[in-house]
Amino acid sequence: MEIPKSFLGYKRENGRAGTRNHVIILPVDDISNACAEAVANNIKGTIALPHSYGRLQFGADLELHFRTMIGTGSNPNVAAVIVIGIEPKWTKRIVDGIAKTGKPVEGFHIERTGDIGTVMKASKKAQEFVMWASEKQREECPISDLWISVKCGESDTTSGLASNPTVGNLMDKLEPLGVHLCFGETSELTGAEKVCATRGATKEASDKFMKTWSAYNDFILKEATDDLSESQPTAGNIAGGLTTIEEKAFGNFQKIGNCKFVDVLEPAEEPKKGKGLYFMDTSSAAAECVTLQAAAGFNIHLFPTGQGNIVGNPIEPVIKLTANPLTVKSMGEHIDCDVSKILSREMNLSEAGDELIKTTLKVANGRLTCAEALGHREFVMTKLYRSA
Amino acid sequence: MSTDIIIHDKKDNVGVVVIEKITPKQDCKCWIMENDSSVNIQSADEIHLGHKIAMIDLKEGDTILKYGHDIGKVVKAIKKGQHVHVHNVKTKKW
Repeated sequence: MEIPKSFLGYKRENGRAGTRNHVIILPVDDISNACAEAVANNIKGTIALPHSYGRLQFGADLELHFRTMIGTGSNPNVAAVIVIGIEPKWTKRIVDGIAKTGKPVEGFHIERTGDIGTVMKASKKAQEFVMWASEKQREECPISDLWISVKCGESDTTSGLASNPTVGNLMDKLEPLGVHLCFGETSELTGAEKVCATRGATKEASDKFMKTWSAYNDFILKEATDDLSESQPTAGNIAGGLTTIEEKAFGNFQKIGNCKFVDVLEPAEEPKKGKGLYFMDTSSAAAECVTLQAAAGFNIHLFPTGQGNIVGNPIEPVIKLTANPLTVKSMGEHIDCDVSKILSREMNLSEAGDELIKTTLKVANGRLTCAEALGHREFVMTKLYRSA
Repeated sequence: MSTDIIIHDKKDNVGVVVIEKITPKQDCKCWIMENDSSVNIQSADEIHLGHKIAMIDLKEGDTILKYGHDIGKVVKAIKKGQHVHVHNVKTKKW
């Protein structure tokens, strides 16, 4: 198949391109959710991103909070942002961070005004933003403007056999065209960590990966009250035939094909070394991982599933693929790309990779994903430790 | 060309059932993906889609190989054709 060289995206002020054109209402903290949701209810076409944190955090955990907030607002799938927090200082820090992209952003704080006054002021600005954004047209963008993140979930043995290698095949075909790629799931590489480390493009990248994996594994060993067999593999994984974390890890690892990773990113850290594959230190929980990848600037997500994970994200479209024919049959409304014919040998991996590329470009051009049509907007912040 | 079981790597001692289920004493067709070759095996258990079958006799302490890699240890002897899962295999990690 000849791979299209372009897609229709929204060009942003900083030179990036979006696959979506969202106007978001971003609460700085948990207690500003009500206000943000009221604004989104008033002004049609905006989305509020409620979450559970943002108060009394400190140190690396607070830095991650700001990085996630600023990164989410800065993502090219977002046209404009309203930031609402309880206090002016942290609100302003997030506004200033997002403003560096050149996109419209305005902050509001609730103290000394109250919810009702803030909702009124923020709604007026949100209306202005959404009407401005609605005039934006999709334009031809080079395929290298796609930043593709990947994460698998509710995996079973069909993931390792077929849907994950399909993503790997797509990576092998798109990497030479200059796209950015990202995989994560530090804990789910356990058992395959030494093989994964050999995929660093440089010794520095390999060493950084082993250091990151070891730190995560030490944390898990310290906190675990049993052998983690209740969580990894999950009950869904086991029902699907996966027996051990090592088996899950080698299946998971098929997603990167033959690519080598150029760098290891902190959670929600934007890639700085140009095109190619990156590893990000993330949890293996679906919504947390996708939220971090979206905050790092990735604009389209591929999500292979076995037993049928249903996750979505408010700003980054999440494309589901599966090779499990029972999942296609029982929960087809969640599956954007069916590659189950690989198991019956009616389709080979290269044909499946081509199908996934076609689906990815359709979605990049604007076709809704199943998760978008079904209203999945899971926005889940990663928290490193308890608040002060 | 359809198959009942897929094996990733020729070194693997387990295969994955890829039809809805196989029944005891069923003669099954296996496809080895790595070198695109075929073998046959007779099943000893009912094994469902996505679950693993032992391609050889395995004794306690043996290593299960899948993708050509170590994915855990045998904790209870397994006969060729039997179901391989959490009841007879455990992680070597954690």
